[in-house]
Amino acid sequence: MHADDAGREGLSGGSTLLTGAREADRTRPYAEGDPILEVRGLVKHYPLTRGILFKKQIGAVRAVDGVDFDLAAGETLGIVGESGCGKSTVAKMLVHLEPPTGGVIRYKGEDVTKLSGRALKAVRRNIQMVFQDPYTSLNPRMTVGDIIGEPYEIHPEVAPKGSRRQKVQDLLDVVGLNPEYINRYPHQFSGGQRQRIGIARGLALNPEIIVADEPVSALDVSVQAQVVNLLDRLQAEFSLSFVFIAHDLSIVRHISDRVGVMYLGRIVEVGTDEEIYDHPTHPYTQALLSAVPVPDPSAREHRERIILHGDVPSPANIPSGCRFRTRCWKAQERCEREVPLLAVPAVFRDSGTPARHDSACHFAEEKRVVPPEERREGPGAAGEAQPHPPDEDTPGSGGTDEGGGEGR
Amino acid sequence: MPEQKPWDETTGSGAISGAGAGGGMDLAMDEGTTLEKTPGGPEGTGPAGKPRSLWSDAWRDLRRNPVFIISSLVILFLVVISIWPSLIADQDPLDCDLSKAQEGSQPGHPFGFDGQGCDVYTRTVYGARTSVTVGVLSTLGVSLLGGVLGGLAGFFGRGWDAVLSRITDVFFGIPVVLGGLVFLSVVTSSTVWPVIGFIVLLGWPQIARIARGSVITAKQNDYVQAARALGASNSRMMLRHIMPNAIAPVIVVATIALGTYISLEATLSYLGVGLKPPAVSWGIDISAASQYVRNAPHMLLWPAGALAVTVLAFIMLGDAVRDALDPKLR
Amino acid sequence: MLLEVRDLHVEFHTRDGVAKAVNGVNYSVAEGETLAVLGESGSGKSVTAQAVMGILDMPPGRISGGEILFKDRDLLKLKADERRRIRGQEMAMIFQDALSSLNPVLSVGQQLGEMFVVHRGMSRGDARAKAIELMDRVRIPAARERVGDFPHQFSGGMRQRIMIAMAMALEPSLIIADEPTTALDVTVQAQVMDLLAELQRELNMGLILITHDLGVVADVADKIAVMYAGRIVETSPVHEIYQAPAHPYTKGLLRSIPRLDQKGQELYAIKGLPPNLLHIPPGCAFHPRCPMAQAVCRTDVPPLYTVDEERRSACHFWKETLDAR
Repeated sequence: MHADDAGREGLSGGSTLLTGAREADRTRPYAEGDPILEVRGLVKHYPLTRGILFKKQIGAVRAVDGVDFDLAAGETLGIVGESGCGKSTVAKMLVHLEPPTGGVIRYKGEDVTKLSGRALKAVRRNIQMVFQDPYTSLNPRMTVGDIIGEPYEIHPEVAPKGSRRQKVQDLLDVVGLNPEYINRYPHQFSGGQRQRIGIARGLALNPEIIVADEPVSALDVSVQAQVVNLLDRLQAEFSLSFVFIAHDLSIVRHISDRVGVMYLGRIVEVGTDEEIYDHPTHPYTQALLSAVPVPDPSAREHRERIILHGDVPSPANIPSGCRFRTRCWKAQERCEREVPLLAVPAVFRDSGTPARHDSACHFAEEKRVVPPEERREGPGAAGEAQPHPPDEDTPGSGGTDEGGGEGR
Repeated sequence: MPEQKPWDETTGSGAISGAGAGGGMDLAMDEGTTLEKTPGGPEGTGPAGKPRSLWSDAWRDLRRNPVFIISSLVILFLVVISIWPSLIADQDPLDCDLSKAQEGSQPGHPFGFDGQGCDVYTRTVYGARTSVTVGVLSTLGVSLLGGVLGGLAGFFGRGWDAVLSRITDVFFGIPVVLGGLVFLSVVTSSTVWPVIGFIVLLGWPQIARIARGSVITAKQNDYVQAARALGASNSRMMLRHIMPNAIAPVIVVATIALGTYISLEATLSYLGVGLKPPAVSWGIDISAASQYVRNAPHMLLWPAGALAVTVLAFIMLGDAVRDALDPKLR
Repeated sequence: MLLEVRDLHVEFHTRDGVAKAVNGVNYSVAEGETLAVLGESGSGKSVTAQAVMGILDMPPGRISGGEILFKDRDLLKLKADERRRIRGQEMAMIFQDALSSLNPVLSVGQQLGEMFVVHRGMSRGDARAKAIELMDRVRIPAARERVGDFPHQFSGGMRQRIMIAMAMALEPSLIIADEPTTALDVTVQAQVMDLLAELQRELNMGLILITHDLGVVADVADKIAVMYAGRIVETSPVHEIYQAPAHPYTKGLLRSIPRLDQKGQELYAIKGLPPNLLHIPPGCAFHPRCPMAQAVCRTDVPPLYTVDEERRSACHFWKETLDAR
């Protein structure tokens, strides 16, 4: 069964928002090779109330509206999406900074969403977070040594008193900072260095999972590469699993093994980096990829640009059926009625293509948006700024790649 | 290729070390200071290779501020003569000789005599003790009570916050001097304690408001969330993370308020509800002397002047402290 | 030549010393041309732009040398109100964060209309009509209904369009965009940059685009100037610089950006950190981080060598950099 040194508290079956007997189990036995983290039906709704004394709920902001994913041991899962998609909220729920409104987060088979007290504290040792803003994530009135050493004060069983200073210095060394700076204050360091300090703090308790919420977005370009390399190295050295949340698609591709794309509180497509970037099947993913500027002027002419019309709907007022339909060029009547499941689309189920991965679209179709390097001199593709109409493709048919690959 | 440690440069040279970016440089310097180790030698060829906390930065600023220097010297002087008034006044303030009433300056009595024949100089010096005591103790009381209640309200929010806000609203509505007239007139004791108690009672909401706002601001910083993610208890978050970062505005307001409390005590004593004889207070003296200001102005001038200088000194101190702790420079 | 910046020097006096933010910058923009100024924090790209616009905080900042020629007149020698007139009518700036650049208590229509009331003497009614016209031009849906809305009621991308509308209201000859899309989502970014390019073509404006994003530059710019530690280290027409950078810093930057179409091994990272402007390294400011640094780099400040007719590089070893592909 599960080894749990801090004891357990009140794990109840509870009510979930999910159907299916499997998800209703809050615990499952954990075996070697199982995913270290299983998220099912994760939900976070913020109630909108009216009234001063007697508050009445008139609606909810559905920030996270049913998220499922797995994280394997030693893997990096990237979660991308634009602002307001709920990815940061997911991050906060993973480290229990926000309690979920519903759903399960199973760490090694055990649901951690309902824990409290000592059991929660014990789990916290294993799932740590790295924050986005290097300027506000460190207490300006504590020395670096205190900041990194605080985890040991909170969890004294991890490091006996005498060894703490040495451990802190070791951590500083591991993240590439001079251990002699243990008594400096955060404002004496640059942004990139502060982020390293934040990473060192996250490593102090030797966690198994690190949730990184936009860890390099606030850094200069030349420093981003350093920190990303550091994270890569640390993952190998300490056998870490990462949940890497970002809006920068290029960085996410670089560091992730698998990538999930979020839109308006749900994951719309998930797969390996190659599947998502080279063989995207969900229209939102395709639009997102086409909008990322590539540092190559000649690619300007050969890339297809998909411009979405309209604005992202408010999370308090989510469209029925497929939530992306208000901006999707493929939207049909079915999209308004039926919520698409995040699963392998029927058209790809029997093929062996890389397009065969989970995608929440009724009319999923593979479309290569990111030009592979060697094709840059090839015949020019479509011109600027036009939505791509599904002319020759009838809904539900398999996709055609832009020359080569699987077709019909 | 293994990642190069930034402090382990083996090629290139040139010192990039140095501290700086105390602030005010938003336009040009986001990357602030760097602490690179120069190869093969001790680091720090720039200024201040030492750890520099924000408090020490603030202190450094304060030290250089002439307003701070002047006001601290005055306050230091006041504090010293409060504790040892005999250092500069060798007479007894209650040793009065009616026959000398209202007489002007004489050898041995540089400020003359008041309406009761008491030596104005001595009474002025002893009055400092009252003012400083009331000021300091009131401020301490207000800061503690207001700081704790406001801080808890800000930290826990919701219910606590709602209750506290309504209570402070009520207290803000009470006019101070009028309230003093009402409450203190029933008190017969002539010591400082009722006055201090009253000031604390009416003064804590102001500090509570500041503390609450300051705690709410501090709470939003990521480092508080980081502590929570580590499993920190509420008390740790409050004491280690929030309080040190929220206390600056409280200090500033409290220091300035000190001056106003001194002034308030004098006002209440002037009105006859604060300190009463045989206590020595500038307020009492000013009250007694005000009717004679035409004939014997010295009786009013000296205590009033001393009061003005004292209040001004504390307010200037508060100003200097606020400049030093200004968030822009943090 | 619409704008010519010559040997500009700007310093900041702080209590820790003098920070040399801009150290001899030269660049020019012609009508209808887009110049991208690329750099990271501390490079001086924003400070230069603010000096051109004349909105620098004068203490602690100080322009200690150089000329800014706009339509052949040196802006630094003009009187304050003449400068202000130019700033309002012939030059405009777009900032990164539209929410803090727009007045939250005035409606969008009022802010747009104000330009016409103040500078063109229009009546309020006419100005409001003009405001609606502008909002249409920048493709804000339902402009007539939304002209009375306040900035916070618009999304980030729309606010940026409103900023663009304000900037081009009086049809200036030059627009400076300081990181206009950094705070925006990628899909919105594309829309906003398209809009900017379209308006520029229409009005034949000069555009200075300040950014750190090499991807955005590739889409939009005609020529590019790379800045480091307050100096220009490379200028080039945009096509060539990506294939063949002539300065180690540019090269390092290009190599350290992860590419959407590649999954590589470890990212190339320029070692070290951007310099402290209070203590700029002697000689070439980049030498502590440069893989090609030699003894001469520590002592001699490299001038802008001519690489070819339109390219310059401030590196003693630009030839080697160019050849080592």
